[in-house]
Amino acid sequence: MIELDFELRRGEFSLQLALHSQARALALFGPSGCGKTSTLHAVAGLLQPGRGRVTLDERVLFDARRGENIPVARRRLGVVFQEARLFPHLSVRDNLRFGMPRDSRSQRFDDAVQLLGLHALLRRKPEQLSGGQARRVAIGRALLRDPLALLLDEPLSNLHHEARAEVLEHLRGLKRELAMTTLLVSHQPDEVLALADAVALLDDGRLQAVLPVAEFGRQHPDTRAVTGSR
Amino acid sequence: MALLAQDETVALALSLKVAAVAVACSLPPAIACAWLLARKRFFGKPLLETLLLLPLILPPVVTGYLLLGWFGHRGPIGRVLDALHMSVAFRWTGAALAAGVMAFPLLVVSLRSAFEAVDRKLEQAAATLGAGAWRVFLRITLPMSLPGLAAGLALAFARAFGEFGATITFVSSIPGETRTLPIALYELLETPGGESGALRLTWVAIGVALCATLAATWLLRRPRKTEFEA
Repeated sequence: MIELDFELRRGEFSLQLALHSQARALALFGPSGCGKTSTLHAVAGLLQPGRGRVTLDERVLFDARRGENIPVARRRLGVVFQEARLFPHLSVRDNLRFGMPRDSRSQRFDDAVQLLGLHALLRRKPEQLSGGQARRVAIGRALLRDPLALLLDEPLSNLHHEARAEVLEHLRGLKRELAMTTLLVSHQPDEVLALADAVALLDDGRLQAVLPVAEFGRQHPDTRAVTGSR
Repeated sequence: MALLAQDETVALALSLKVAAVAVACSLPPAIACAWLLARKRFFGKPLLETLLLLPLILPPVVTGYLLLGWFGHRGPIGRVLDALHMSVAFRWTGAALAAGVMAFPLLVVSLRSAFEAVDRKLEQAAATLGAGAWRVFLRITLPMSLPGLAAGLALAFARAFGEFGATITFVSSIPGETRTLPIALYELLETPGGESGALRLTWVAIGVALCATLAATWLLRRPRKTEFEA
């Protein structure tokens, strides 16, 4: 469950949202500059709204009136950024282990490596990865942080066709297996159809509508054929 | 036959010790100041920047005179140190203090640019993975700044090794205690028949400076890209 009710200003741009969704996986959809990524950053704690509340699965992450603002490091969210943002001086293995809680079992590491097909990459440095591989490592790293929810910022952007299909397939698998609350930022209808249960349409910092994904699919019929989903 | 006369060897050893201690002791405060300047905005920042750079701009004799005023036997800090039996006036520790003060701005400047070169997006990513400010600094910012840090250390060492004006003003020239290599060289030039000794020390000084500069250049070169493993 995702409840966002806040106002955020960045220079000239103002983002005002009142969004309550019961969906497990909610997509924020809209053109560039509509405030999707700012919304995701506000949920992650990287941007602080001027007023309002941010609640995920009944956990209050930010509440201006009550002076609550859980620091980024303690929000326990798995964030996958648009750029993979892997740490260049660490191996893939150390990148993956970076956010793992100390007491977590090595089985979790092995499971994530298996799930995302990362075994052959563990000893590489990020500079030795292709775009799709780097994105998969970033997803694995976010999962191993043992998050309570996932935040995905355009997880398929800037990938060539094959890498896109490869990462999309992994994300679909995760959606099935983990059933975790997910906030997805996207401007690609096929990505939204494959990964979201509901779609919040944003334009110029305002919420236009929240649709079930089937309804969104009817509005973007061409993409259904492409992905063959649902 | 020894390459250097005994008092020249003593001066060289003292200079190496003074420079090493000066740089080692300046490093922690330099890291703190550089991080503050690179990462924080606060009231009085331009003033702090100017104050930190002052030893680079002031004539070294002025710096030495100020040190004498504060840390000398009659100075406010000097009296406290005397009471604690930790006097630095006319001792090698005073020479290290003078060299440290002169080298400090170089360390701050190199470290600051090294910290600024670290992509803040990586620090944000580390925070979303649960790392607090200290962990972000120790695992991301500092390791990624290591070439800049090492180059700064080499430059600061060379500067401390060559310190003359502030040292002679503050702690005078006491053989085996405060007569560092540059001071010994100067005194040899003032002594009839001292030219050959001065020449030997000149070559030593050139050698140390070259080593430090080469070390800085070598450490600052871009790491070689590893071959992409297919």
